[in-house]
Amino acid sequence: MPKLFTGAEIVFKCLEDQKVEHIFGYPGGAVLPIYDELKNHPSIKHILVRHEQGAGHAAEGYARSSGKPGVVLVTSGPGATNVVTALTDAYMDSVPLVCISGQVPTHLIGTDAFQECDTTGITRPCTKHNWLVKDINDLTKVMHEAFRVATTGRPGPVLVDIPKDVQFAKTKYKKPNKEKKLNGKSHNKFSQDQINELVKLLRKAKKPIIYSGGGVINSGPKASQALREFVDLTGFPITSTLQGLGAYPGDDNQFLGMLGMHGTYEANNAMHDCDLLINIGARFDDRITGKIDEFSPNSKKVHIDIDPSSINKIIKVDLAIVGDVTSVISKINKTMIKSKNGNDKSNKSNIAKWWEKIEKWRGKNSLNFVNSDESIKPQHAVQRLYELTKNKDTYVTTEVGQHQMWAAQHYKFNKPNRWMTSGGLGTMGYGLPAAVGVQIAHPEKLVIDIAGEASVLMTMQEMSTAVQYNLPIKIFILNNQYMGMVRQWQELLHEKNYSESYSEALPDFMKMADAYGCKGIKADNPSNLDDKIQEMIDYDGPVIFDCHVDPNENCFPMIPSGKPHNQMILGPNDQGDNKIKGKGKALV
Amino acid sequence: MPKSKSAYSIPTKKQKSETYIFVVWVDNEAGVLARVVGLFSGRGYNIESLAVAEVDAIKSISRITIVTTGTPQVIDQIKLQLTKLVPVHKVAEFQREDTNVIFKEMALFKVVGKRNKIQKCLNACKKFNPVILDETKTSAVIQITALRREIDKMNKKLKPLGLISTSRTGAVAMTRGAKIFN
Repeated sequence: MPKLFTGAEIVFKCLEDQKVEHIFGYPGGAVLPIYDELKNHPSIKHILVRHEQGAGHAAEGYARSSGKPGVVLVTSGPGATNVVTALTDAYMDSVPLVCISGQVPTHLIGTDAFQECDTTGITRPCTKHNWLVKDINDLTKVMHEAFRVATTGRPGPVLVDIPKDVQFAKTKYKKPNKEKKLNGKSHNKFSQDQINELVKLLRKAKKPIIYSGGGVINSGPKASQALREFVDLTGFPITSTLQGLGAYPGDDNQFLGMLGMHGTYEANNAMHDCDLLINIGARFDDRITGKIDEFSPNSKKVHIDIDPSSINKIIKVDLAIVGDVTSVISKINKTMIKSKNGNDKSNKSNIAKWWEKIEKWRGKNSLNFVNSDESIKPQHAVQRLYELTKNKDTYVTTEVGQHQMWAAQHYKFNKPNRWMTSGGLGTMGYGLPAAVGVQIAHPEKLVIDIAGEASVLMTMQEMSTAVQYNLPIKIFILNNQYMGMVRQWQELLHEKNYSESYSEALPDFMKMADAYGCKGIKADNPSNLDDKIQEMIDYDGPVIFDCHVDPNENCFPMIPSGKPHNQMILGPNDQGDNKIKGKGKALV
Repeated sequence: MPKSKSAYSIPTKKQKSETYIFVVWVDNEAGVLARVVGLFSGRGYNIESLAVAEVDAIKSISRITIVTTGTPQVIDQIKLQLTKLVPVHKVAEFQREDTNVIFKEMALFKVVGKRNKIQKCLNACKKFNPVILDETKTSAVIQITALRREIDKMNKKLKPLGLISTSRTGAVAMTRGAKIFN
């Protein structure tokens, strides 16, 4: 007779078969059998967080920086509801997570038992799929399917809810079958004809632009490689969404910087004026498109995406290629090289004029700001941080707000998976726990959370996790005492009525660092900023860096909504009479 | 246009909404209907009618027929989202006006009144295959199968003749000829 295993053992056997090395979690009544089993599986390390939301974001950081799915283990009721923000965040940004939650015993489900909630009901709209395992005999299959659903196609979070009695029940264990098709859902649905059509468009284009997104990162390092080759072959300018940063080197001349609401002048103008727009793994988010009716009005639009439901969702496109970015781009590159060997002349000469125009836009130097000797400008702080860390293979996470945009604008990424930020959901408090997860995945690397003081306080408790596991994460707080982005909108749109956006009673971050048992560094003078940053980098252990910056700085350039891409507001040097009026207020 | 200070764009030109019928084949498992219906409610769309039952007991497959209204773009999006759901096998979608598809609803009418009134009801329903399922001296339950708007019409017409309760199903659909949905 085959050996019987408990549900808890099966959970771990599946995790082992899936080559999981780390799980992020928090124990509680309904997952105790699983926690009891932990000691028998030395290959799996559990990271104890301080709040389940932290577990979720840490797993996200882990997944985004390593390309492997992040695994979360939480208890029923409040454990499950606390992780909902992280699941939604992962769903919006397509991050593969497998969340295992405990549930009250089967016979108590639906009776309002202690710490019971309808976990699968609550998480249904924020997961790719979820399962309530009521029969121990389904557990193995469900666990393996959970990993498959989370990691295939457009990645995303899944949840497996396991009642406590199922964790105790016993059954046989079967290893997973390899590669079973998921209801016949295959992901590469493109044909050579479509590729040929695209290549034809590439050749005809006079004002092309490539707009790449997080899909390139999700497709793996090979996709970034293929993208670089593609950009090189075509000679086209490329811009990137917030999530796509790092897929193409940020300091390359063909890279126009980020596009969208706080994107560069040259990227947005190029998007508006182009005659061929190639979207690679991005989703025409509203922060990117601005006003839909006037979005890139004269271009042929091509959309390459693995998710068919992304196509034509917001912007109608002329050519849709559904498939994995790596496969699609490699196919395009191959086709181009082949046809060039025939007789084709490169169309790099066709687009010389276009590049001239772009250089003119670039000349505006739209990311500029007025630096100061007296106070630290936040942009300056990010620039210095970049200069002092660019020679290390640095991983950067952020919270959400002005500091996030400044990080995206001024920190240049050269490799994929080095930039972890909450884009879709915009979750304040994402960065610190995400940094914990990144550091777990890359123990030897420098991991920095570029933070705002308001955001970081939302998940500050995870500093305790960092100290417990001796994770040398650096929390680089651009402290302006305001919820900066809220303050900026209030300044521009609500007649400077700074309603509730000022933090009256901020904690002393130096003492806080002390209390957590990590190092605190404070900087409030531009003259010694570099030394302090260097001190932070050199310190072997977690650091809270309290960087006092000019509280009145705004994040520019910016598309003042109601307006299309070609009518951006530039920084203070350029502003003049460029005020946001009337309808524009609605769109910020 | 009202001045708004919202963080999002103002709605621009709207497309025309039309009525569509979705036919969805799903694994018959707990929660599957909630997943399907959630895609509609999550986007703020109303479901006009819904019919669901297992059609293949061996493979455990249910067939869901949903009538809804939306703009072509929204309908496309719902179809693609439905296709992505793990327990969904296939999705077919067509407009109500599509002449290649038959769809039918069933209704039960309870009529209370004298013989002659009940007889009048039966006569009125003649076109829709009326069947008497229950009969007493003062009441009858009449079953008809018809299109949605025909049932709407009969519902109104029978009121003065003693109709006191109506129960009706959602629409079910089937293609004409030898073809099936794919």
